[in-house]
Amino acid sequence: MDIETYTLILGALLFAIGTAGVMLRRNAIIMFLCIELMLNSVNLTLVVFSRSLGIEAQVFVFFVMAVAAAEAAVGLAIIIAIFRHYELVDVDRFNLLKW
Amino acid sequence: MVNFLESVLRVAQHAEAGFQPVLPGLILLLPLVGFLINGLGAFMWRDNKRVPSIVGPLAIIGAFAVVVANFLAMRGAMPHDPAVVSLWTWMAVGDLSIGVDLQFDQLSILMMLVVTGVSSVIHVYSIGYMREDPGYSRYFSYLNLFVFFMLILVMGANFPIMFVGWEGVGLCSYLLIGFWYENREFASAGKKAFIVNRIGDFGFLVAMFMIFTHFGTLNFVQVFAAAPETLVFSGGVATLITLLLFLGATGKSAQIPLHVWLPDAMAGPTPVSALIHAATMVTAGVYLVARAGVLFAMAPVSQAVVASVGAGTALFAATIATQQFDIKKVLAYSTVSQLGYMFLAVGVGAFTAGVFHLMTHAFFKALLFLGSGAVIHAMHGALHKVHRHDDPNDMRNYGGLKNVMPITWATMWVGTVAIAGIFPFAGFFSKDEIIWSAGSYGYAVLWVVSILAAVLTAAYMTRLMVLTFHGENRTGGDARPHLREVPAVMWVPLAILAVLSVVGGWLQIPAALPLLPAVDSLHHWLEPVMEPARRVMMEHGFHQAHASPLGGGEAVWAISSTVMALIVVLLTFRALVRRRYRPAAESEAPTGFAGILYNKWYVDELYDRLIIRPLLALWRGCWRIVDAGLIDGTLNTMASGTRMVGWMGSLFQTGRVAGYMFWFVTGVVLILALLLL
Repeated sequence: MDIETYTLILGALLFAIGTAGVMLRRNAIIMFLCIELMLNSVNLTLVVFSRSLGIEAQVFVFFVMAVAAAEAAVGLAIIIAIFRHYELVDVDRFNLLKW
Repeated sequence: MVNFLESVLRVAQHAEAGFQPVLPGLILLLPLVGFLINGLGAFMWRDNKRVPSIVGPLAIIGAFAVVVANFLAMRGAMPHDPAVVSLWTWMAVGDLSIGVDLQFDQLSILMMLVVTGVSSVIHVYSIGYMREDPGYSRYFSYLNLFVFFMLILVMGANFPIMFVGWEGVGLCSYLLIGFWYENREFASAGKKAFIVNRIGDFGFLVAMFMIFTHFGTLNFVQVFAAAPETLVFSGGVATLITLLLFLGATGKSAQIPLHVWLPDAMAGPTPVSALIHAATMVTAGVYLVARAGVLFAMAPVSQAVVASVGAGTALFAATIATQQFDIKKVLAYSTVSQLGYMFLAVGVGAFTAGVFHLMTHAFFKALLFLGSGAVIHAMHGALHKVHRHDDPNDMRNYGGLKNVMPITWATMWVGTVAIAGIFPFAGFFSKDEIIWSAGSYGYAVLWVVSILAAVLTAAYMTRLMVLTFHGENRTGGDARPHLREVPAVMWVPLAILAVLSVVGGWLQIPAALPLLPAVDSLHHWLEPVMEPARRVMMEHGFHQAHASPLGGGEAVWAISSTVMALIVVLLTFRALVRRRYRPAAESEAPTGFAGILYNKWYVDELYDRLIIRPLLALWRGCWRIVDAGLIDGTLNTMASGTRMVGWMGSLFQTGRVAGYMFWFVTGVVLILALLLL
């Protein structure tokens, strides 16, 4: 197996870890980190494919990084606001906007 | 509108040479202006009684004067064809063109004379009768409006215009029956009149549709001219049209089976009963049959129906009148009975006799009603002074009033003798001609029925007079000294009508009577209008015999009928004047056969059981099953189904992020699986 295959397997593993983290953990910060993990695993996969399919995939990587940065700014701000209000970051307790 | 103003200001141009209608629009405009001024007064100057007292009667007297001018003009010219004045086109749709047209012929002029003449007298009388009423201005506005619509009814030159008047008088009748609308019973009497009339109007409308389909026009002149060729004699169409028209007439003129509203209509003020529910509006049905005489002549079956219903009603209502104690109820059933005579006349084809009785009846029945109004007015005043709550309409509370009210007493006797058909009063000539026509045209059964009804007429009217004016006074205790004769504004109209009740019959004196000059003025007058219908009847073999079904000529039966009426009056008078009645409060309701008559043959109860209650049950069923069950059920099921689906969807909304995440991932995996596999 060549390096590309290993890197793709690594990307898949990172994505699976990130997904499992979002599904299983309750801490908003951890979930947030897991989402970043998923995004970056996708970035990794895109970079790998760019080697064989062309440079366009790397443009997507930059887009994803820009969006992730914006998302991190907004998401962290929300988490901080919630923490200031409840003094906890457990997402299972934040269910008032259910309906 | 311009045309209308022109027609008011100058003589119409469409009339044929010879007779020119004089100021045709003004006849209608005067009562309308009176209505508007008084109607405004009802809002603006409610307590001002001077304005309505002047405007109300003057508008009608002015219209009467114009009608008289028209009458004189027509008498001079005596045109053979009607003069039609077109004011403007009301509606023109496709083949249908309806104009606001007024017809001036001998029949409509006669009706206009009766309507405006009797109305003038009654308007003057109302000044006295309604003097204390808070709705004085409103009363005169309704009364003016009534005259306006009644004139439209008799002047209309086509069926729709006549129908406008027909509905308009129905509206005014409703408004005036329920004039004292604070009283729930009076208000529902108005509603009853309106609703029962609707049944008849349905017939009128359908008849109009049929006439338009078969003739292509609704103008009287064209329809009646075309009728003998267009319709098949005795055919289904002719019979159906005339029967439907007659259904309309039974509603308006209170004939069996739609007679039930008229006695209840007595809830209105008495001058209203005199004007609308005795003299004018209720005769509209007779006018309709006479006007459409050609159509009826084409349908002998319908004629027989009209005559039978008329004779039946005449006898039926007369039996009820013999046992009523409310003075106005007696007169109401008497009116129904006399209207029956008119229908008998127009049914057997004696159209002139029907119109003749219509006219004389307008005189003596208006007189009798106004006389009863005078009594009620006096009783009401006396009872009011001593704060008693006895019924001022109940004849058991009267008795011996001839000493206090001599003028009313004398004039009402004139009316009684006139309606009983005693020579030489008006009712003798008109009623006898009807009875004679029924006999001589071969309707033997109806002839006997009409004679029986005449006997009863004499009897119940004498009973009314005895109970009211003779015997001992039964007015409660201290109210008695307060009984007074009515003021001149009320008894002068009585006197005028009393004179008319005598001389009104002299327009038509049969040649058969010995010692009297034969007068044929009414027949001669109406000949141009009635001639087509008579010609149709004659062409198809109808003829007038010279002897009654039992033999004997006209003179024999005329003399015996007046002698018979006289004997009945005298016998009833002798029998009742000695009898001791007790005041209403101390009396019991009649029992036995008298009770059945007192309760009006239980017709109202019968209708209640047979029609009203089943209909109510049917509607209730429709409401419960169709509306509440079917329609509401479908909608409610749909709504609850939607809510159910929503509830199921809401189960996914747990509020737990991990849960959402799980479904999200599952969804992605499923989609990927579907895409890859």
